[in-house]
This record gives sequence, C-alpha cells and structure tokens, in this order.
Amino acid sequence: MKLITHNMLTSKCLKGVVTGYPLAINATDIKVKEVDFNPEFISRVIPKLDWEVLWVAADSIGHSDGLPRSLENKYDENEEFLKKAHKVLLEVEVEEGHLTCPESGRQFPISKGIPNMLLNEAEVQ
Amino acid sequence: METPHQNHIDKADFDHVYEPAEDSFLLIDAIEKDLENLRSRNPALCLEVGSGSGVVVTAFGMAFPSTFCISTDINFRACIMSKKTAEYNKVIFDSVRMDLASSFADNIFDIIIFNPPYVVTDSEECGGDDITASWAGGVKGREVTDRLLEMIPKKLAKDGTFYLLLIEENIPDEVINIMSNHGFRYKTVVRRKVRNEQQIVLKFYRIIY
Ligand SMILES: C[S@@+](CC[C@H](N)C(=O)[O-])C[C@H]1O[C@@H](n2cnc3c(N)ncnc32)[C@H](O)[C@@H]1O
Repeated sequence: MKLITHNMLTSKCLKGVVTGYPLAINATDIKVKEVDFNPEFISRVIPKLDWEVLWVAADSIGHSDGLPRSLENKYDENEEFLKKAHKVLLEVEVEEGHLTCPESGRQFPISKGIPNMLLNEAEVQ
Repeated sequence: METPHQNHIDKADFDHVYEPAEDSFLLIDAIEKDLENLRSRNPALCLEVGSGSGVVVTAFGMAFPSTFCISTDINFRACIMSKKTAEYNKVIFDSVRMDLASSFADNIFDIIIFNPPYVVTDSEECGGDDITASWAGGVKGREVTDRLLEMIPKKLAKDGTFYLLLIEENIPDEVINIMSNHGFRYKTVVRRKVRNEQQIVLKFYRIIY
C-alpha cells in the first residue's frame, strides 16, 4: 500500500462510525521501490489529496524527513519539494501491518501490500 | 492501446480468478475508442472495481502513464494478480481488497471502470468472494452492479466518467434510468455480439454548468 492510497481510504461504512478518517498505520514491513519521477503528475494530484493526512501518515512510519507539514504557495514550482512528495506518495510501500479505524479501533490487515477493507454483514451501516 | 503482457500469470490461477475474456477486451476497446476525449481531460486518478486479473486497469495505466491507477476486488487472489499484472507492465498502481468502492473517500476518482458479475443467477449464488463472484450477478444479473450505481455519485469526481459493461439481460435501459435519476447523462461507447451474448459498454458523466 502506497501512502497516496492510504490518503483515500476510510472506514466510514462501519456501523456507528462518522468519518473513519484518517486510518492509523501500523507497519511491520516497509519497502521503498523506485518509481519514475513525474513532476507534472505530482503537482496535479496534490490538490486532490489531504496533505496534512499524508504528512502525519509519512511521519508515523518514519518517512517525513524534510517534508513540510503544510503546503507552501507555488509548491508546483519547487522541484526539490516535488521529489520528496513523489517519494512519500509513490515509492514508500507498506507491505505488512494494519490500518486502524480512528473511531472504533477496528483493524484492517495489510498483507502482501494489499489492505483488506472487507467488513462482515453485522459491521456494515 | 497495448494489451498488457500476461506471461507472468500461472494458468492454474485462473481456476480462482476471472480469466480475461471478450468482455474484458471490449472494455479495453471502449477506452481506446474514447482515448482522445480521455487524453484531453488528463485524469489524475483511475479506479477499476472488480479488476480480476488486472488486464483492463493495466491497459489503462499503460495508455495513461500520468494517471495513478487503483483497483479493488472482493477476491484476494484477484487483488494479488492485478498487482502483479500492473507491476509486470510497469504501471504505477495499488490494489485494495474491498467491497466495490465502499471504503474510499468521496469525489476523488476521475475515471471508474466496472466489468461486473453480470450473469443472471439466483440471489443465493451472488455475493461470494471466490470465482463464483466473478460471474454470478443474481436477479437480472444486476445485484452487484446496482449496489455500485448507488455509490457512483459519491465516489466519482464531479467531472468524472464511469464506464460500465452490461449484457442485454441486465436491461441497460433500467441502468440508464437509475443513473439519469442520479443526474448522469450516458453514451453507448461500443457494443458487440459474442456467441449469444449482446455486450455493451456505456459511459456515464454529469453535465457541469
Ligand atoms: C466479470 S469479472 C471482471 C474481471 C476483470 N475486470 C476483467 O474484465 O477481466 C468481475 C470481477 O468483480 C469482482 N467482484 C465481484 N463482486 C465484487 C464486489 N462486491 N466488490 C469488489 N469486486 C467484486 C470479481 O471477483 C471479479 O474479479
């Protein structure tokens, strides 16, 4: 699971949960895999994401080095920043671990890099 | 559009995961037909629901190297195969085991693609998480599709497009009606007769004023 994906995941379809966002990350195995740098894509996708959530997620797994906690103006012109954003969004991968719902504490296992968000019938809203 | 390489897949895995068939390729053809329109919109995020082997979403990712592709499937083996197919073809990608698109935040995907389990079956047959889930569609072959239709208005970006494959037995006109009530226009992208099955790919989008 890449952190760009984590940025879009919620547990709000759990019964009784209101926002279910962001999910906490617990990682037992993290890999960094090289991905071609595409600054145009990174600048285009950032406005679609929650930057603060990305920063906290990266920080919680020890990958927030040099990453600003809030977005500066004209970040799309700052290549060094875009490279760092590229790394945390696309290169850092949680292979094993789990995600935790911030409201209910329900855990979602991550195995072989794939989060399992399936719920049983009794858990669904 | 290029067809993704599949030589990394062990044929025996298709006992558990939907093997790419005419419907999969019709969906790829539909995207190809719409390529210019899609290119001009420069999508950032694309989701394939129920990606099975991953050929469709990988073909999309190969044609759009500046789009981040995500797939979901209820079948864990399909999630793994999709991830491998994307990796093997160098597509930047993530795979999540999920019911349809239920665990995603709202209004993010520029493109959503779905080739549903569309075969008309008893309701009881529908709703598993193994190979049966790849084809068993319940009443009208629409039980799974109809649940996704209710999620589309929330999960799709305001200016997003949803591509859906159906067969005649699914009564496409009813689907068009449901989506029209959600405020979506539609176009027929391609249709094809395969043996005795009339397959059709529709796309749905909102008019933004
Ligand atoms: C007809 S197959 C299509 C596979 C692949 N997209 C293709 O075109 O070759 C339908 C896929 O949807 C998946 N599926 C069925 N019900 C689902 C659900 N509720 N949530 C997510 N995926 C589901 C099945 O496991 C299967 O992989």
